[in-house]
Amino acid sequence: MGFFSFLDREHTVAKPGYSRWLVPPAALCVHLCIGQAYALSVFNLPMTKLIGITQSAPGDWKLTELGWIFSLAMLFLGSSAAVFGRWVEEGGPRRAMFTAGCLWAGGFLLSAFGVYIHNLWLIYLGYGVIGGCALGIGYISPVSTLIKWFPDRPGMATGMAIMGFGGGAFIASPLSVWLMSKFNTPTHVGVMETFVIMGAIYFCFMMVGAAIVRVPAPGWKPEGYTPPVTSSKLISKNDVYVYDAVKTPQFWLIWWVLCLNVTAGIGVLGQASAMSQEMFPGVITPVAASGLVGLMSLFNMGGRFAWASVSDFIGRKNTYFCFFVIGFVLYITVPHAGAIGSVALFVFCFCIIISMYGGGFSTVPAYLKDMFGVRYVGAIHGLLLTAWSAAGIFGPVIVNYLREYNITHGVPKAQAYNNTMYIMAGLLVIGFICNFFVKAVHERYHMKANDPRLAGTAKA
Amino acid sequence: MANQTESSNGLKLFLAWSFVGIPLVLGVYNTLLNAMKLFH
Repeated sequence: MGFFSFLDREHTVAKPGYSRWLVPPAALCVHLCIGQAYALSVFNLPMTKLIGITQSAPGDWKLTELGWIFSLAMLFLGSSAAVFGRWVEEGGPRRAMFTAGCLWAGGFLLSAFGVYIHNLWLIYLGYGVIGGCALGIGYISPVSTLIKWFPDRPGMATGMAIMGFGGGAFIASPLSVWLMSKFNTPTHVGVMETFVIMGAIYFCFMMVGAAIVRVPAPGWKPEGYTPPVTSSKLISKNDVYVYDAVKTPQFWLIWWVLCLNVTAGIGVLGQASAMSQEMFPGVITPVAASGLVGLMSLFNMGGRFAWASVSDFIGRKNTYFCFFVIGFVLYITVPHAGAIGSVALFVFCFCIIISMYGGGFSTVPAYLKDMFGVRYVGAIHGLLLTAWSAAGIFGPVIVNYLREYNITHGVPKAQAYNNTMYIMAGLLVIGFICNFFVKAVHERYHMKANDPRLAGTAKA
Repeated sequence: MANQTESSNGLKLFLAWSFVGIPLVLGVYNTLLNAMKLFH
C-alpha cells in the first residue's frame, strides 16, 4: 500500500508556485496515447496475412472477425467510463492515469502474445476488453482536474485534452506503419513486435502524464480571477451527486444531445471516402478520397479545441444550438453539392460537419459542469459516454443500411446518400429540441453542506 | 526565490509542452501532406 501511496489524491495536491499550464500536457500524455484507437485499422490488413504473409491463407483471420476488436474497445470504453467514473473522481487523476497506462500497455502486450500464438480471443481480451477499460478510465481521468484548474476557461481546458484524443491517430498511424515496415521480413509480418514497442512507448508517455498531473489545493483559484457575481441561470454553483444526476431530465436531455450529434457525425466519418467517390465518380479518385479523410480528421481535431473554446464565450447551450442549426443546413446542402457537381462545396460541408462532431465531444464536459457542478463532473461525464457507444451503433447502421436500401430499389449510386443526409438533418432537429429543453437543475438535487456522501471525498 | 520558481516553472512548461507538442505537430504535418492529395 505504501509504495502506491504516491498515487493518492492527497499526494497529488499542487504546492504553491505550480503552474496550471502543466496540467494540459499531462492530460495530453494520456489522450494522445489512447487516441491510437482511431488508427487501429492500420493493423487490419496485416493481421489478415499473419500466416500467408503476402496474402491471406486458410486459417488467417478475416476482416469481419478483426472488426470486433474495435467494436469491443468502444463498448468497454463507454461501460468502463460509466462504471469506474466515481472511482476515478474520488481516487484522483494520478491513480486513474496510472491505472489507464498499465491497462493500455498490458492490453497491447496481451494482444502481441495473441498475435504470436495466433489466438484472436486473446486480442479481443487484450485490446478489446482491457484496452477498452483503459480508454474509458483514461478518457475521463483528466477532465474534472482540468475544469478545477481552469474555472475561467473550462471549455478551452477540456477541449485541449479531448483534442489529443482526436490527434492520437495522427501519431499512431505513421508510427505503426513505420514499425511494421522495420520488423517485416519475407516470413513475418511484424505486427507482434509493433504491438510490444507501442505498448512500451505508451506506458512511458502515460506515466509521465501521471507524474506531472496535480490537483489544485482546496480553495485555490487563478490569480486575479473572481467568479462572476451575476452568472447565467444555466451555470450552477451547486454540486449534484453522481447518481442523483442520472435522475434529472437534464442528464438525459444532454445524453440525447450528445448521442444525436455524434450519430450524425460518425455516420459520415466512416463513409466519407466511399461517399465522396460515389457522389463524384471520376472526379474524386481513391487517392483524393484518402486526402479528404485526412483533411476531415484535422477538422475533427481542430474542432475539439476551437468549439470548446468558443463555448466559454457564447455558452454551452448556444454552442450546441450552433451545431444543430449549422449542421442541419450543411447536411441539407450536401445532396445539392452532389447535384451541381461542386466538390469544393461538398468538402466544405463535410469539414465543418466533422469539426462540430469533434466539438460535441469536447464541449460536453463543460456543459455537465455548468449543470451539475464540479465535484462529480468526471463521474457524470463517464456515465454520459454511454451515449457515444450508442451513437457508434446508430450512425454506421443508418448510413450503411439506407445506402443498401436505396441501391436495391434502383436509386443511382451518386444519389444513394441523399436520403441519409436528410435523415441526419432530421436527427439534428431532434437534438435541437432536446437542447432547447435543457434548463437549470432543480435545487432538490443539489448537495447540501452536511450531506453524508461528502465524507471522504476531496473537494479539490 | 520567486524568480527561481518562475524560471524552473518555465523550463518544466517548455519540456512538458515539447514532450506532447513535437509528436503531435509531426503527426499533423504528416496528415496535412496526406490531405494535400485531395487538391492534386
